[in-house]
Amino acid sequence: MDNEIFPKKRPFSMQMDLSKFSPASDEEKQQITQMRESTTFFKDGMRKLRKDPLAMISIAVLLLIVLTIFIAPVIVPYDYQEMIAVDGVRDRTAKNLPPFTYSENEQAAIKSGEKIFPHIFGTDQLSRDYFIRVVYGTRVSLTVGVFASIIVLIIGLIYGSVSGYFGGKVDLILMRIVDIIYALPDLLMIILLSVVLDSTLSRALEGTALANIGTNMLSIFIVFGLLYWVSMARLVRGQILSIKENEYILAAKALGAKSGRIIRKHILPNCISVIIISTALQIPAAIFTESFLSFVGLGVQAPMPSLGSLASAAREGLQSYPYKLLFPALTICLIVLSFNLLGDGLRDAFDPKLRR
Amino acid sequence: MWKYVLKRVALAIFTIFIIIAITFFVMNAIPGGPFQTEKAPDPAVQKMLMQRYNLDKPLWEQFFIYLGNIFHGDFGISLKNGREISTIIGESFRISAEIGGIAIVVALIPGLIFGSLAALMRNRWEDRLIMFSSTVFVAVPSFVLATILLLIFSLKLKLIPVWTVDNPNYLLPIIALALYPMSYITRLTKSSMLDALGQDYVRTARAKGVSETRIIFKHALRNALIPVITYLGPMTAYIITGSLVVETVFTIGGLGTKFVSSINNRDYPLIMATTIFLAVLLVFLTLLSDLVYKLVDPKINFE
Repeated sequence: MDNEIFPKKRPFSMQMDLSKFSPASDEEKQQITQMRESTTFFKDGMRKLRKDPLAMISIAVLLLIVLTIFIAPVIVPYDYQEMIAVDGVRDRTAKNLPPFTYSENEQAAIKSGEKIFPHIFGTDQLSRDYFIRVVYGTRVSLTVGVFASIIVLIIGLIYGSVSGYFGGKVDLILMRIVDIIYALPDLLMIILLSVVLDSTLSRALEGTALANIGTNMLSIFIVFGLLYWVSMARLVRGQILSIKENEYILAAKALGAKSGRIIRKHILPNCISVIIISTALQIPAAIFTESFLSFVGLGVQAPMPSLGSLASAAREGLQSYPYKLLFPALTICLIVLSFNLLGDGLRDAFDPKLRR
Repeated sequence: MWKYVLKRVALAIFTIFIIIAITFFVMNAIPGGPFQTEKAPDPAVQKMLMQRYNLDKPLWEQFFIYLGNIFHGDFGISLKNGREISTIIGESFRISAEIGGIAIVVALIPGLIFGSLAALMRNRWEDRLIMFSSTVFVAVPSFVLATILLLIFSLKLKLIPVWTVDNPNYLLPIIALALYPMSYITRLTKSSMLDALGQDYVRTARAKGVSETRIIFKHALRNALIPVITYLGPMTAYIITGSLVVETVFTIGGLGTKFVSSINNRDYPLIMATTIFLAVLLVFLTLLSDLVYKLVDPKINFE
């Protein structure tokens, strides 16, 4: 019988001698499966990300910044809108102090044995501690960035997947709307809407809890919700459309996979990475937009600092106190740079198109 | 081809219409009118004024009157100093256009050169230096960059004089405006150049014995240019909005400065006019870059 399947062995053939082989026992089979741990898409991506030094440094820097903005207000005894006072009296000599110095009154108080927390970044022209203002500014800017990106993500994801899934006429109409919004110059529209919302919202909000956030911050969110989601929607739709047409989806369908499994196992893993990456890159874009608006005078409300408003306020007296520009500006650059590098790292680790 | 052009032009015109409509109706949502001052004038006088400026008509009718006026180049008058807005825009835009135009060229040419260099010198120190600096420059907001340039070169070192009308020195504003798009173009060119250099047609050309310079310019760079052309539209958008910031920092009397000060003064007619003007300019330039892109890229069919 063997001769029917395997013709007679010729001297130079590569034919195997089957008698030399025996089926593996169960124990041996288990050894082989144990040797290679099964990795999921996420685990594999994380392993690659961990090998990327730039991305890891960015994560460390971002963690450090986040830790600082949570811990510093607990340690530092000043508040972002509190003017420095010695023995309960407002200290008028504490204006525009350079970093790590004390005002005359404070020096006198230190001599008499009092302990005064150092002004790490000095003070501003209203004798407020600058370090704590930068910390709160970072808080505000990061909040704006993260929330704006989440808004963009939610709207874009829903809109894009509706358009991609249903296709046909729905897709056509939805995408025409996107085309028009996409063609609008976003920053100009943001300025316009901020100007208007600034004067209309402030009256409507008076006395409500939302008034604390400030109309300008709210209008930034509204504007992001109205305009910025379009590129996300396009991205999601394009991803879903192209993945839907892939052969492996057809193969999965032919093998009898249910649509739930196809979405979970094939469509989502292939587009979630691109979505996460572009969300990560949306955060620095939002921080940039916020700082731009602050510069134009449409940023967060006055006593509340943001990195943009601090940096643009520092332009007054720039020659005498250049460090006041330096601290918030450096923080913006550090945050944006870290997010950009992290986004690049995430792309290298998770984008299925780049995988080899 | 012509069908495509027609479609794009129609979309652009529709977008411009939408922009004007949004600007008009949104600005009209602001409470208070131009003649509601502290000392209320005589109702009869107020009524006459309202009639004179068509403010008694329904809003949609006012909109079409405004639309017609814009079409004739009449944007109304500034609330701040009562001057014709069209003359304000006319004289200040010339300065902005000059700076912006040079900035586009400055961003484009060095960006292409640095990008190609980085691709050709891959993994050497030149590549590392170019990529490092372009990564850093992308993370600096334009007003911070402008302020730092002003502080170092004009105020501390006194190498470059501060901008005045009589002695206009555009060097620093142009650097401040062009550095971000230049870095972006550098990164874009590098990746698309690497892509092009790895293509089969480049290998074929090498195998044929085509000289290296010819390969770079004739085969690789040409194809690497296509993604850069798609960036032209966003770049002009960046330069137009960036000019608001950079002109204000350098106190240049261009359209950007006028726009920012009109926002701070709440000079609503001027805000409206400048928004519409810049938006229309932007839509037009984007249209242009889209058409150039379609013309250049042979792979695209006009469906």
